[in-house]
Amino acid sequence: MRFTLNGKPVAVDAPPMKRLLDVLREECGLTGTKEGCGEGECGACTVLLDGAPVNSCLVPVAHAEGAKVTTIEGLRGHDKLQRAFVTEGGAQCGICTPGFVVAASTLPRGASLEAVQEGLAGNLCRCTGYAGIYRAVAAARGGGKSAKKKAKR
Amino acid sequence: MKTAASALHLLRPESPAQALQWMRERAPLQPLAGGTDLYVALNFGTCPARAFLDLSRLGAWRGIKVERDGGLRIGALATFAEIRDHKGVAKALPALCAAAREIGGAQIQNRATIAGNLANASPAADSAPVLLAADAVVELVSVSGVRRVPVAEFFLGYRRTALQPDELIQAVVIPTPPRAGQWYFRKVGTRAANAISKVVFCGVRGPQPRIALGSVGPVPLRARRAEAALAAGEPVETAVAALQQDIAPIDDLRSTAEYRRFVAAGLLRQFWERTASPVRRPVRRR
Repeated sequence: MRFTLNGKPVAVDAPPMKRLLDVLREECGLTGTKEGCGEGECGACTVLLDGAPVNSCLVPVAHAEGAKVTTIEGLRGHDKLQRAFVTEGGAQCGICTPGFVVAASTLPRGASLEAVQEGLAGNLCRCTGYAGIYRAVAAARGGGKSAKKKAKR
Repeated sequence: MKTAASALHLLRPESPAQALQWMRERAPLQPLAGGTDLYVALNFGTCPARAFLDLSRLGAWRGIKVERDGGLRIGALATFAEIRDHKGVAKALPALCAAAREIGGAQIQNRATIAGNLANASPAADSAPVLLAADAVVELVSVSGVRRVPVAEFFLGYRRTALQPDELIQAVVIPTPPRAGQWYFRKVGTRAANAISKVVFCGVRGPQPRIALGSVGPVPLRARRAEAALAAGEPVETAVAALQQDIAPIDDLRSTAEYRRFVAAGLLRQFWERTASPVRRPVRRR
């Protein structure tokens, strides 16, 4: 099974129905992608499949064949977003954080708070109460003054 | 994953013809599209299937087409992200865009397909009430040919459909929507995204109002008695009483029958109130 992982071509020997999540963690050794619920509710295992966020616990590795897969390890150009999660209190226990950062990286610049909330609706956090996460995204993605102000509440 | 991936077989047809031939010759095969429901069952070890038919390479069954008469032809493999962002769908059937936005989060919408939502036949399938209210038709295909089944006749019982073992869904066809119709859609659940609905309601107000609900019976259903009351010009409270005859909700882990009846009544009142003005309003989300 061949696909492009974080910009580099890889070939893995795995059963076609094996979850992309498990292939990334076990065959590819990239453990930044976390398993939360295993039922597509929490978004902790979010990766980009050809640029679109998906739950890697629900994707057979067969569907990654020939595709571009991006994990938290390969998320280049989003250092500001990742730093903002630290400085704005967007991360506590950390399990949900890679999924949130990967999902947030696909949001358009200048997205309103409502758009950020909707865009991150597939990611759950048990620690932060989300306010810190929305502040982080607003700070990094330049959500405009009103979004930043609203996110501070 | 509680199911051993090494024990699962995956057939990967390159064309609909090959897929249909294998559905007939290598039965039983479990079709696999976006996998957003199947993998939940696989992860929990509750999926009995061991042989799967991958539909992802069947390009002919993708895409959304606006027909000349204003109707829509939605390929079986159209994802809810594609439906959510499609201008033609927003124009012809705004309630379907509204439903698509609330089916899981972005991660689910990028993978889940309209045919998967129908084939799983969950009573809580969020797209089903919209398709019921739109009088949509499901195109079922096998090596023997194509059958066109109205969505209202597609759901036979709890998680049972009109699909024969060798049939696949190739498209969902939506006839020209009524010009004067005003659409209303609302999903009531614990949260907007990633929550299975307690009640989902879709209505279209025109000369013949059409109302459909999910999570209030073993299948998503049309509220024919309530529709008849409204079409006859009866007061909305008469329709609300009739609606209670149309639905048969149960107590389960998400809600109670009593609460579902209460919410369904409230949604019918809100539908009628919000569509009272002849001015076309945008479909409300929450």
